[in-house]
Amino acid sequence: MDDRQLILSSSPHIHSGESTPRIMYSVGVTLIPAMFMGVYLFGFRALVVVLVSVVAGMATEAITQRIMGRKATIADGSAMVTGILLALNLPPTVPWWLVVVGSAIAIVIGKQIYGGLGYNPFNPALVARVILLISFPVQMTTWVKPGPLFSRTIDAVTTATPLGEMKTHLMVKGTLEGFAMGDLWDPFVGNIGGCIGETSVIALLIGAGFLLYRGYITWHIPVTFVGTVFILSGLFWLINPDRYMNPVFHILTGGLMLGAFYMATDMVTSPITNRGMMVFGVGCGVITMIIRLFGGYPEGVSYSILLMNAATPLIDRYTRPTTFGWREVSPR
Amino acid sequence: MHEGSRRFRFEVSFPMTRLYFFQGGVHPSELKISQDTPIEELKIPDRIVVPLSQHIGAPCEATVAPGDRVRKGDRVGQATGFVSVNVHAPISGVVKSIGIFPHPIGRPLPAVEIESDGEDAWTDKLKPHEKYMDLPPETLKEIIRDMGVVGMGGAAFPTHVKFSPPKERPIDTLIINGAECEPYLTADHRLMLEEPENIIAGSQIAMRILGVDRGIIAIESNKPDAIDKMKGLTEDIPVLEVVALRVRYPQGAEKQLIKTLLNREVPSSGGLPMDVGVIVQNVGTLSAIYKAVRFGIPLIERITTVTGSGVREPKNLRVRIGTPIEVLIEACGGFTSDVGKVIMGGPMMGVSQYSLEVPVVKGTSGIVVQLLSEVEEGSAQPCIRCGSCVRACPARLMPTVLGVFAQLDMFEEAERYDVVECIECGCCDYVCPAKIPLVQLLRYAKAEILTRKKAA
Repeated sequence: MDDRQLILSSSPHIHSGESTPRIMYSVGVTLIPAMFMGVYLFGFRALVVVLVSVVAGMATEAITQRIMGRKATIADGSAMVTGILLALNLPPTVPWWLVVVGSAIAIVIGKQIYGGLGYNPFNPALVARVILLISFPVQMTTWVKPGPLFSRTIDAVTTATPLGEMKTHLMVKGTLEGFAMGDLWDPFVGNIGGCIGETSVIALLIGAGFLLYRGYITWHIPVTFVGTVFILSGLFWLINPDRYMNPVFHILTGGLMLGAFYMATDMVTSPITNRGMMVFGVGCGVITMIIRLFGGYPEGVSYSILLMNAATPLIDRYTRPTTFGWREVSPR
Repeated sequence: MHEGSRRFRFEVSFPMTRLYFFQGGVHPSELKISQDTPIEELKIPDRIVVPLSQHIGAPCEATVAPGDRVRKGDRVGQATGFVSVNVHAPISGVVKSIGIFPHPIGRPLPAVEIESDGEDAWTDKLKPHEKYMDLPPETLKEIIRDMGVVGMGGAAFPTHVKFSPPKERPIDTLIINGAECEPYLTADHRLMLEEPENIIAGSQIAMRILGVDRGIIAIESNKPDAIDKMKGLTEDIPVLEVVALRVRYPQGAEKQLIKTLLNREVPSSGGLPMDVGVIVQNVGTLSAIYKAVRFGIPLIERITTVTGSGVREPKNLRVRIGTPIEVLIEACGGFTSDVGKVIMGGPMMGVSQYSLEVPVVKGTSGIVVQLLSEVEEGSAQPCIRCGSCVRACPARLMPTVLGVFAQLDMFEEAERYDVVECIECGCCDYVCPAKIPLVQLLRYAKAEILTRKKAA
């Protein structure tokens, strides 16, 4: 036989076909229901926010990588996902320039400064959101009432988020008596004030279901996160329903679903072991509830995730799986 | 992916034994394209190269000289030490040379080159044993060693050594490994269909040597015909039990197999199956044991699957040890188009070959030919910490963390994170979306740790 050049390489010689871009684009696709609901509920301005955020994010990534002489990686989809997630975490009324600032912060301070994808300790979109929240509190907390697309006036009616309303009510009256929770169907479909992508629980669950099915996220973080919020809020509600809202209200409102299924599950910034993810989820839930019930802010999902991001290396260290052969097994 | 080759099938049997689970693992496309192709006898090649090192342990010393006439079954290499076995002439002919020849391991090693005389005549030294079950265990072990029997699942560990556990390690179970969990490979499958009696007789010999009264024949459930066949033949043998396993790579790895069947974990830091009272033998090995004991036939041939999209007609061949793999590929109609890799073994753990001159050795379960277009290209990207490798690792390690340690030469940390427990199954690499060569990195760390230990 002829003298052909055979390729030599280490085993294994086959691959699952999984790739970083495939994961990123899948996450992007599963966010379509949430984006659709955002646009449906809050109008075309929501679409503008999403588009500006994605374009600005990808442009920032390209520019920073060029400046730093790194390989361009905008095609891997991660900047796109960061852009979408940031947009979904912004109020629909946010001015476009603030979106650009946010996107740039997410990519530069959230990601590239640490060395790019895979090296950032904090969720880039949340870093940007929190910096914007602290720096531009008015623009970042101006909410509008949702109204189905095409059936609304140009000027939206401002409103408060259910969590914000609850906090104000409690501060003014000292009790929740008289606070109308409203129909739970509203937060389920998204018919409440809030960020573009956080209000519609059903849209988020549809997307997350696909991610779970494909194995791109596992149940460990979302279930423990939401579960902890449910249990903690339930406990307080049982003790004193005059001061604390019921657990269903807590899990359906605010940024919990978006946070638990899409922000906390960010692979780069969450633990890599199953046990670690559960610790992470519980931690997020506890911090969220502390902020919601006792803190100055009405909502604490973003902060809880960022704080747990910081704890991720520690969690990974202490939740190392027991190596095969070290575990006691059933006697012979 | 080649989804077309997957088929629907029903769970074939209800396992008699309760099955446990090993954590991790993957399920690549099975691609057992040659599973329905009966074993075909490969014609005797004109020239054969028998490596003197075909097993884990000390290489043999040549007992022949150039110009010597040998007949099939004559010893050509003498075992040196306990962890070593003899090698024999697979054909009759003349010893042409004793020299350094290409070896599947990746570098040339000493071998005996024999030119065929075309007669394929047996040696007159064969010692059959009609009443082999009356022989004492020690004698049986001696025969197995003399006949050059090694583990034929791939690792090629001398079988008599496995059969010699120290007294303080009582053995209660023999596991007969017919899992064949690597994609593509069908050699064990065909053997179970075509020579099941040899496997069963070999198992009975092994159980006699070990003094155990429980044998479990373990087969992945993607081989329903083999399971049925084995079940039918063991109906009247109460000590042998057939168990259908979940299809999950690396189900056939010793430690994972023992865990699945008996829920025993082979201890880490150098533990062996015998530490949990088990000996695992591949079905091919047991067939070889039977032939060695009953007919006095040394291990001079084996079943090898030649497959992959790179060969025209994938086949299961009965091959003489020492046949250059190009002869096998020619017998399968040659390459289909531009060949990329020729892998000895399965695609998950096999070794890519640098030359088609390398011979089939005792551990060669398959030759998988990949086309150039199938070979994974592209460089590694940064780890996105998805944790897939952690979930896939059957040794329950954190491959990505170990990979970083290896890259940074942090060997102490790697050792603390149990890198030496890596079984190199390739699951982490297979699932990694960033295509980081994790197995290679972990192997490097393992080798480096070993070298440092030796130096100290």
